[in-house]
Amino acid sequence: MKARNVSLAIAALTTSVATTLLSGNALAQSTRDQISIVGSSTVYPFATVVAERFGQTTKFKTPKIESTGSGGGMKLFCNGVGVEHPDITNSSRRIKKGEYDNCQANGVTDIIEVLIGFDGITLANSVESDQIELTTKDIFLALAKEVPNPNGEEGLIDNPYEKWSDVNPELPELDIEVIGPPPTSGTRDAFVELAMEGGCKKIESIAALADTDKDTFKEVCHTIREDGVFIEAGENDNLIVQKLEANPDALGIFGFSFLEQNSDLVQPSYIDGFEPTFESISDGSYPVSRPLYFYAKKAHIGVIPGIEEYLLEFSSEGAWGEEGYLADKGMIPLDEETRTTSAASIAKFETLVLE
Amino acid sequence: MSAQDKRDTTELVQSSLQRRYAREKRFRFFGLAAITASLTFLAVLLITITLRGLPAFKQTFIQLDITLDAKTLGTDENPDTDALRKANYNGTIKNSLLALFPDVKKRADKKRLYKLVSNGAQYDLQRKVMADPSLIGETFTIWLPVGDDTNGYIQGNIDTTLPEKKRRFKDNQVQWVETLKENNQIERRFNYTFFERGDSREPEMAGIKGSLFGSMLTLTVTLLLSFPVAVATAIYLEEFAPKNRWTDIIEVNINNLAAVPSIVFGLLGLAIFINFFNLPRSAPIVGGLVLSLMTLPTIIISARAALKSVPPSIRDAALGVGASKLQVVFHHVLPLAMPGILTGTIIGMAQALGETAPLLMIGMVAFIVDVPTSLTDPATVLPVQIYQWADLPEKGFVEKTSAAIMVLLAFLIMMNAVAVYLRRKFERKW
Repeated sequence: MKARNVSLAIAALTTSVATTLLSGNALAQSTRDQISIVGSSTVYPFATVVAERFGQTTKFKTPKIESTGSGGGMKLFCNGVGVEHPDITNSSRRIKKGEYDNCQANGVTDIIEVLIGFDGITLANSVESDQIELTTKDIFLALAKEVPNPNGEEGLIDNPYEKWSDVNPELPELDIEVIGPPPTSGTRDAFVELAMEGGCKKIESIAALADTDKDTFKEVCHTIREDGVFIEAGENDNLIVQKLEANPDALGIFGFSFLEQNSDLVQPSYIDGFEPTFESISDGSYPVSRPLYFYAKKAHIGVIPGIEEYLLEFSSEGAWGEEGYLADKGMIPLDEETRTTSAASIAKFETLVLE
Repeated sequence: MSAQDKRDTTELVQSSLQRRYAREKRFRFFGLAAITASLTFLAVLLITITLRGLPAFKQTFIQLDITLDAKTLGTDENPDTDALRKANYNGTIKNSLLALFPDVKKRADKKRLYKLVSNGAQYDLQRKVMADPSLIGETFTIWLPVGDDTNGYIQGNIDTTLPEKKRRFKDNQVQWVETLKENNQIERRFNYTFFERGDSREPEMAGIKGSLFGSMLTLTVTLLLSFPVAVATAIYLEEFAPKNRWTDIIEVNINNLAAVPSIVFGLLGLAIFINFFNLPRSAPIVGGLVLSLMTLPTIIISARAALKSVPPSIRDAALGVGASKLQVVFHHVLPLAMPGILTGTIIGMAQALGETAPLLMIGMVAFIVDVPTSLTDPATVLPVQIYQWADLPEKGFVEKTSAAIMVLLAFLIMMNAVAVYLRRKFERKW
């Protein structure tokens, strides 16, 4: 009796599996009534706020937002036009020429580009220590793998600096110890490009390379030392904040919104004379900030319900304005003029042309 | 053997005896130390997670008198559904806060005052009004969730001894909250939101229902697919298949599959189910398919071990009284092996429950607000939800993360307990 039951149960399960498999094809996507968004994990915390609002205040479903990274998102986005492909991709950098060409080749010809705001990248330490005033040159000298020989001889040597005061006598006599994200992270890319390269350009012997030997210039400016002074802490910015709290002598690299949320634990360092604030990042005087974009497929407007309304919600003053809810979440707004002109071009669905 | 030799042996044994005892003692000590160390780590982990997560099960509410006048809402007297959805509920909340503290005049102070109430509170109000539009024009009292910082202050997470500049929660906010507390307009309640809603970007509005349902749907698919297929494979390989090179190759391959990193199954799922079969991204059906690929080898291996441990005498006896091979397997061997198979299955499922890496590739690592109801709805799963919350800047998500870990651990412990129970109940000793 018991054995019969068991075999019956197995038979029933197998049938259910068979039906699941057979119906599999019927589940294939033919329509979609929900916006599908992919892309940067930096834009994710902002895009999700807009998506949630959009879902609550309109008749459309809340968009689905995957955090795939800027490059991964662009790849998915450029795969083609149709319901199985995402409608929008977020990016913490501008679309590259190669990506644009790939898009064109796959039939994604009309792309609407939207610059939504800026994200500041901050260097910070625990509130228990003193605030530090750095220049991008100090940052480069402290963190690059190879630096010009400090005794004035020509050529580059492995980074010899151990204390901040070795780099610049005005800095405190503390061991250089910087906790930051790994190379897979967009924050790291932006930090290297803006802070390190920015400092690199201030050193004449290397800056001269920029014109003559671009590859070497990039390699020297973009390579972070690997002797344990720069500690890779994973992609989680909260973790970096916790590590700074535990180690007051260290500096950490993370996004501006984390600085805002943890102002009781960490304080930003000045870079080139400016503290990261809404104003200094917005007007460009704070040197380490990056633009945030999203790209939408024009061909999907009218096919997937709600895209047009989503674009309008994102570009409304209540969202991306100076008093908007995105600023509350730590995004640095564009200046008023740019906002007005781009909102107008978004409303007209003007598409991007990259030469 | 002479007497001399005999004494030598005894001496030899006796002299080594102490060393041998010492060795045993040392071994025991190391074993004990290993267990103590692992238990300490486990205890530290569980205690920190529980301490951090517990506050998340309570939520702070603020009592407000809301006047829903059509002018503030920006609607007419009898608005349609669309207008009701878009109406400016935030405005009415702001008005009611200003009515409580009429002295607040400066713009910056007003902004701080508004932050006492959650950004998501307007949607609570919206739901209420949409369910009963006759409320428009009325004044009523309502309890609304407070904002993240306020909640943190009430829970004692904000150190008010710090200088004001370094705090997110400012002096006047502290004052307002203390006044409200004295008037009994602030209350801590059980956090139903956490179990009743999907994801949100406001920590006080975020819930695990969406990811919990996603996990359940995904695991159902995984169970329905992997269990029968794995058991059938195990029975065939163990009871029917001839022993030759082909079955050897299959066996080696199954054992290898069990050791393949799970992300590889995600890539496979992306290539086959999404790109080839055109199944939707982020759907529990695809998640279930991928996870069943991952759990299949685990179940097959444990099912084969369970079948192997049924003594041959059972088979011989059944064959002896005239049962067919199929009857032997299904009437006698399989029922006896079932506890072992079930244990293996539950452990495989528990593994699948905690998996995130393969789901990344098929789009289940996503922000999804709506609770999934079918196998093709976009969904995410519990461990992914934990991972995403851990990455967000808002402080309120720290406790939400730990609370979600507690829920996930509770499920894992439950599943393992069922496995232990089944083994105890059906175990046979020969």
